[in-house]
Amino acid sequence: MKRMALVGMPNTGKSTFFNRLTGAGARVGNWPGVTVDLLGAKILLGGHMVELVDLPGLYDLHGFTEDERVVRHFLENNPVDLVAIILNASQIDHQIAIALQFKQLGIPAILLLNMSDEAEKLGIRIDTRRMSETLGMPVMALSAKFGKGFSEARQAITGMLEISEQRPGLEDLKGKLAQDDQMETQMRTIISQSVQYPRMLAESFTARLDRLLLHPWLGLPIFFGVMYLLFQGIFLLGAPLQDAVEWLLGMIDQNVLEPFLATSPGWLHGLVVDGIYNGVGTVASFVPIIVLFFLFMAVIEDTGYLSRAAFLMDALMSRLGLDGRSFVMLLMGFGCNVPALMGTRVMRSRALRLLTMMVIPFSLCSARLQVFIFITAALFPPKHAPLVLFSLYLMSFATAILTALLFKRKFTSIEPFVLELPPYRLPTLMQLWLRGWQEVMHFLRRASTFIVIGVVLVWALTHLPPGIPEASAQSFAGILGNWFAPVLAPLGIDTQMTIALLFGFVAKEIVVGALAVIHGMEGNALTQQIAISMDWVQAYSFMLFTLIYTPCLSTIATLRSESRSNLYAWGTVAWSLGLAWGVSFVFYQGARALGY
Amino acid sequence: MSQSIPLAELKPGQNGIIARLKVDEALYQRLTAMGLRIGRPIRVIRRAALSGPIQVRVGLTDLILRRADALNICITPPPNNTDCYT
Repeated sequence: MKRMALVGMPNTGKSTFFNRLTGAGARVGNWPGVTVDLLGAKILLGGHMVELVDLPGLYDLHGFTEDERVVRHFLENNPVDLVAIILNASQIDHQIAIALQFKQLGIPAILLLNMSDEAEKLGIRIDTRRMSETLGMPVMALSAKFGKGFSEARQAITGMLEISEQRPGLEDLKGKLAQDDQMETQMRTIISQSVQYPRMLAESFTARLDRLLLHPWLGLPIFFGVMYLLFQGIFLLGAPLQDAVEWLLGMIDQNVLEPFLATSPGWLHGLVVDGIYNGVGTVASFVPIIVLFFLFMAVIEDTGYLSRAAFLMDALMSRLGLDGRSFVMLLMGFGCNVPALMGTRVMRSRALRLLTMMVIPFSLCSARLQVFIFITAALFPPKHAPLVLFSLYLMSFATAILTALLFKRKFTSIEPFVLELPPYRLPTLMQLWLRGWQEVMHFLRRASTFIVIGVVLVWALTHLPPGIPEASAQSFAGILGNWFAPVLAPLGIDTQMTIALLFGFVAKEIVVGALAVIHGMEGNALTQQIAISMDWVQAYSFMLFTLIYTPCLSTIATLRSESRSNLYAWGTVAWSLGLAWGVSFVFYQGARALGY
Repeated sequence: MSQSIPLAELKPGQNGIIARLKVDEALYQRLTAMGLRIGRPIRVIRRAALSGPIQVRVGLTDLILRRADALNICITPPPNNTDCYT
């Protein structure tokens, strides 16, 4: 089988090109370092099966980041037929360095100048024929986002693979690269011969927008204002969709499940309807909100606003021992902590990475958001609900800040902070559609595996041993809850909520499903039941604990694999468990002492 | 040849030519790969509040970097410090 690798600088549309070529939906984002794992796909090009590998973005084959190491390691240990180098056409003046480096290594390569539409708009004209002659490799201009020039590029690649011979992995890759000053001259020659720049750059849209969005004093308020509006938008659009899903699930229950299970034994009916269906269904009703959430995040990410956030927040983050990129990762963590943790790979200093990874789990991720929306809707009047949610976001930031302040001396770094500020880009509908679809698939995968297992276990724990009143003190769940009572009772968390928390350790989605199963209800009946079973002080204490105590099993596993340290991973978990208990204890006992 | 000054001292809208990068090898290569090469014109676009990072333009690329790091980039102001940077 032939093998082709995709390389390029971060933020050049590499993943978009990969998606076009494979038809698969890899995540695409306008943030340097989004592709964190090696994505591979097998595709048919011409008459050959070709294994396509999307390598992480790199600035330089000499580079010292984790991503750059990954690329070198790959090239040294894997034979390739062809390397497709993807560069940003409007930044060709310095990105051409990578193409020269591959030429020096003698690896067969094709140069794809992506975002050529943007370059054209800026008035940059590139003579690809001329460049191809001086560079000694085919050069094609294209726009991977809109597909212009794509089929020609694909044809050229197919043609090259047709006649290619696989090169073995390269030994001593760094030693083979020439000195920088030699390359500097070559770069200048190629650029001056084949690229025409406009004499003066027109005041572009980006510059005008930046004057407002990066304003020294207005920039941050505008940023948080935009975030606030996004959240309002999510709930405004999401609430009717959530109701629709609930209504649909109710219809299926009444018209399909109930008649079908009418003659089956009571326990089977209980397991299927009260256990699996109500449990998974309650979780499923949140899918529209989560999909909307990720769509909005994708828009923010793809436009390039996140890099601006890094610029605006760096001054504050540096006082916490972090940098602007850490803030962006915290924001990404609001979607899901796992990719945010992996995104820290762009950092070179281990200390900075570890400190950033330590604060990311405090990001109120979309799974925790489901729990909070659910509890808030049950316990607080609609007028107060947004304030309650907002206060939890504030707590999320506060715990992250506290953690960074406490641990910044242990993880001090002097990593320089240099980041590219890409021009603003409009995401295409296709990108958004792919992203939304991925979230639905992601949910279905989780739902079909451990959410089902989780709710079935909760059902079993609350209904066994046989013959007891369900979820009573005699059930396994009751016994288990009593064990934890000495620790959790001072926080106002009862035994039933304890069971939900135990499963929440695995994944926060199960918390909502577990509550449905424990009470054997769904929809409005469940919300009312929850409202009876606790008061608002208990509910808020429970939410604080859920926010802080631990992210989920996947996050802990990622912390471990990314840090390669058990001590660090479990230390982080121990710290968040302790902090959660402390915060909830102070809140609950304080509120009770004040007479609430 | 005029004297070189740290990039951090340039005000928004001012230009200079990169003269020297006083950084370790790892950062040198990173900066070079991002377009900060000796001999290239550079222009400061804006500075963030609270001693935050500065935004610079090299060629057609915009970069943000901390003022502390910009102290280690030496630049010489061009003869007439006007709007020519291409």
